[in-house]
Amino acid sequence: MTSLSNSLSADAGRVSLPSAAGGEVADFFALLKPRVMVLVIFTALVGMVVSDATVNPVIAAISLLMIAVGAGASGCLNMWWDADIDALMTRTAKRPIPDGRIRPDEALTFGIVLSVGSVLILGLASNWLAAGLLAFTIVFYAVIYSMWLKRATAQNIVIGGAAGALPPVVGQAAVTGHVGIESLVLFAIIFIWTPPHFWALALVKSGEYARAGIPMMPNVAGPDSTRRQIVWYSLLLAPLGLLPVWLGFGGWLYAAVGVLGGLGMLAGAVQVYRLREGESERKAAMGLFAFSILYLFLLFSALLAEQGLGLFRAVAA
Amino acid sequence: MSDLPEGVRPLTPEEAKTRRKRSVAIALTLGALVLIFFVLTIAKLGPQVLQRPL
Repeated sequence: MTSLSNSLSADAGRVSLPSAAGGEVADFFALLKPRVMVLVIFTALVGMVVSDATVNPVIAAISLLMIAVGAGASGCLNMWWDADIDALMTRTAKRPIPDGRIRPDEALTFGIVLSVGSVLILGLASNWLAAGLLAFTIVFYAVIYSMWLKRATAQNIVIGGAAGALPPVVGQAAVTGHVGIESLVLFAIIFIWTPPHFWALALVKSGEYARAGIPMMPNVAGPDSTRRQIVWYSLLLAPLGLLPVWLGFGGWLYAAVGVLGGLGMLAGAVQVYRLREGESERKAAMGLFAFSILYLFLLFSALLAEQGLGLFRAVAA
Repeated sequence: MSDLPEGVRPLTPEEAKTRRKRSVAIALTLGALVLIFFVLTIAKLGPQVLQRPL
């Protein structure tokens, strides 16, 4: 009863809970992982653009906004669940919950309200297939990945990567009402890109992950095995990145970016494999981590430029 | 302040300021939602919405 009366009094705006956290608006925004949201908007937009669908731009824009809000909500729920381990790592210790600026129950409520709201509005704006896929993405990230995989298996980011790879599929479903081969190929590219991207960082931050008790690949299988797997995934990623050209929705510009970027990823992976000591080891891993972001950004930018700005020139006659 | 329930204290000026900002943000969000639903309705109805007998 005490907490209930406290809450009621707090709602009246005159008093605060004894343990009230003075969360600013910016802190709530930070719970949405804005940088991840930008990436989601970008990849979902590409999923829409490659679909070649005729759709009201207002409806497309609202759909895109709801996909972003849904992704932010899943990030918020992730931060709520992971607050205990976030507090143990320097990279995440300053997040709003471990830093004490927002109470966990506030974050949970915020995340649930945004999740339900974004799914419902996406369903009303576009269609219920897209809404269902967004709901699946949120549940997959917040429940399957955050609550289960992350602390249970070294394959956490491999399987969990599906959540990060789904936005183009949701985007295509929002504007066409179905899931096509184009967005599935984009899903596959992001899915295979995720392990070398995260493991490069995990090689450098393995001490922090060990302290937090997260079974990342370098901590479980060892750095050498992780390096080998990074090379294998990069070998798979380079040709996979060219699949849009083969399927006809990636043109010359995309092909050039795909070939050069794929070679860059392979070169970075080989460097990570070769350099295993001292500062050069750290530089190689962080170099691959940074380049992988650039690679994915350029691949999707090329598709956006070709399909969105009319720069498409088919590779095959 | 005697009407405050037991165990609670008045907001400090800083807390009141933060709470006010949060209230404004919630109001703006609700306004944005109203706008989204209005624009969405018009977009779904299409140009026919303007063609009605006078």
